[in-house]
Amino acid sequence: MNNLVVMPLVVPIMIGIVLVFLKNHIRVQRALSLITMLSLIFISIVLLENIQASGIMRLDFGGWLPPYGISFVADSFAILLVLIASIVTLICLIYAYSSIGERHEKMYFYPFVLFMIAGVNGSFMTGDIFNLFVCFEVMLLASYALIALGGNKKQLRESLKYVLINVLASWFFLVALAFLYGTLGTLNMAHLSVRVAEEGQDALLTTISLLFLVVFALKAGLLLFFWLPGSYSVPPTAVAALFGALLTKVGIYALIRMFTLVFYHKPEVTHILIEGMSVVTIIAGCLGAIAYKDLRQVVAYNVVIGVGFVLMGLGVATDSSLQGSIYYLMHDMIAKAMLFLIVGTMINLTGEKRFDRMSGLIRHYPLFGWLFFIVMISLAGIPPFSGFVGKILIGQGLIEAESYVVLAIAFFSSVVVLYSLLRVFLQAIFGETSVSIGDEKPLPKGQLIPILLLACCTFGLGFGAEGFSSFVEDATKTIVNPEIYIQAVLEK
Amino acid sequence: METMMILLIGVLVSVATYLILSKNVIRVILGTAILSHAVHLLILTIAGVKKGNVPLLKEAESPYTDALPQALILTAIVISFAVTAFVLVLAFRIYQTSKSDDFESLRGQKYE
Amino acid sequence: MKTNDVILKTVTKVVVFIILTMAVYLFFSGHYSPGGGFIGGLVLASAIVLMYLAAGIEIVHKGMPFDFKIIAAIGVLLATGTGFASVLFGQDFLTQAAIAVHFPLIGEKELASVVLFEAGVTLTVVGVVVTIILNISEGGE
Repeated sequence: MNNLVVMPLVVPIMIGIVLVFLKNHIRVQRALSLITMLSLIFISIVLLENIQASGIMRLDFGGWLPPYGISFVADSFAILLVLIASIVTLICLIYAYSSIGERHEKMYFYPFVLFMIAGVNGSFMTGDIFNLFVCFEVMLLASYALIALGGNKKQLRESLKYVLINVLASWFFLVALAFLYGTLGTLNMAHLSVRVAEEGQDALLTTISLLFLVVFALKAGLLLFFWLPGSYSVPPTAVAALFGALLTKVGIYALIRMFTLVFYHKPEVTHILIEGMSVVTIIAGCLGAIAYKDLRQVVAYNVVIGVGFVLMGLGVATDSSLQGSIYYLMHDMIAKAMLFLIVGTMINLTGEKRFDRMSGLIRHYPLFGWLFFIVMISLAGIPPFSGFVGKILIGQGLIEAESYVVLAIAFFSSVVVLYSLLRVFLQAIFGETSVSIGDEKPLPKGQLIPILLLACCTFGLGFGAEGFSSFVEDATKTIVNPEIYIQAVLEK
Repeated sequence: METMMILLIGVLVSVATYLILSKNVIRVILGTAILSHAVHLLILTIAGVKKGNVPLLKEAESPYTDALPQALILTAIVISFAVTAFVLVLAFRIYQTSKSDDFESLRGQKYE
Repeated sequence: MKTNDVILKTVTKVVVFIILTMAVYLFFSGHYSPGGGFIGGLVLASAIVLMYLAAGIEIVHKGMPFDFKIIAAIGVLLATGTGFASVLFGQDFLTQAAIAVHFPLIGEKELASVVLFEAGVTLTVVGVVVTIILNISEGGE
């Protein structure tokens, strides 16, 4: 009876519904959504402490025991991601207060954000693969609404493509589920793991696992990222930051969960394929990040590089590489949100989308300029910021697995990330300004503070990595040893 | 029975694929709707068509059919219903703003 | 263009009541036999949509001056609320309870909290379906 486990899903949904009734009371909506996110952060910290003390927690909905009922499982990996997702959402909401505009706020912006975070949290915590599908859809429906909110021509056009791609991905998800249920007769993830181990992962099951790989790769933007740059560059900045930080990460989480818990018996097929896909993803992402001068495209391709990097750790699947993946996943959520917010603010301040038409921003907004510098070196993986630990651990894992070529590509991608952002930094942040002092557009405090908070988070996660290490090690232990998870879920 | 169902699913999937490959927005949406029906039938078929009695409490003496696929399909129907409805509204709004229901003209200028 | 829809209007007057009765029957039969909140809600929504078709949006709106978005919201709140109530009693989330009550005239009947959950589902379905159909038919917004 751990009802606390379901709170990250239920609280945002219920508050979101209440906010629907308060359509015209914007201040109340802001306050309530802020309180909700704060309480989610508090709940996930309590959950983390409980898991350290007494092991993985489980909640059976309606008292139906697994594998028959639907259960929510809280292990360190899931809760760490819930925690970071809640922090990032909180900060993006603060940014939205001063940037999103009253029209959006009256069009149910806050309820949709809360529904989306409910779907994200549900996807992280569910122990049932069909429920994962449902939570995915909750998250996606909210994101469809958020991406189309406002309804200008370009936005609607891109959102139609985004929706159709995701409908197709969901279709593949259902097909894979149907075959999985037909073969193994269960949908509980822990029970699936047991059944796959019993039956042996034969050709049919491997094919099903590849179907899942396609589905989650499409959602995560692993290799199949063609939809990502278009859709992530149309919504308002706060929404784009939420998308960039959270949506692809859910796909990555699902991949890591599926291929460490259920389909881990044939690494020479599945994991090699993931490795190859992530290498291609990184290379393509690097090319994209260098090729474009449109800032939002540069940022979108940086998301793609991040996805490839995290999944490299899954591909070799050694202890340290998986630990690195968890660190890097947490870092990437924070750093990508920060990057999206900074770039959105730059576009907002200058009215230009291409960085070669901006210059000298640091003269008017010195703090803002240095924040860009921070996110740049954080993404490049320079200590003491958060990217460092993850990169080092993934690198260590790649060395253990003796994949030196992949290692070279991985670290070369860091240089490319640095280059692509340094280019922006030198051109748009440094350089001569054409606007004289006093004529510049003011930078609202409400937009600067969230970015500053995210900078503190990336610094905290990097500098205080030691403090997090016990949680991350516990998460890694659960991922590497599926028996711990299985035992926690299936025990009566 | 299973063979018939599989054939039907095949027909539905090919019809849906044909519709999705067209350039008309409404046809594509109809295609996705048919596609979702195909997968619902697939779930129903793959778990075994009518192997026992109805899974109801009153008549539970004899071995009864697995009720889980029905629950899965109901959930999936609700979701695909919501998504299809959303896409229809979206397509309508796009028609209003862009005056077009043709994907050719909805491609968008490359990186304006 | 004014179409002659006398037949539709006349039929609707009778049929709507049949559909509504059917909806209520489906809703309550869902406890132990096929039926339930979702289907009941869909049938209920179809009755409302039929009225919109026959009488026009303005007239129906005079009779039912609800905002269907709010109805959907109340529905979700009711459904999650019943799930949440079990938390207050220290049970697992979504646990349902039922008690047998003796009613005068009808006799022994079971009162179950799942009915409230199903009512929430019904309201959600009605609200969402009618909202979507009105949205398309009104020509946006």
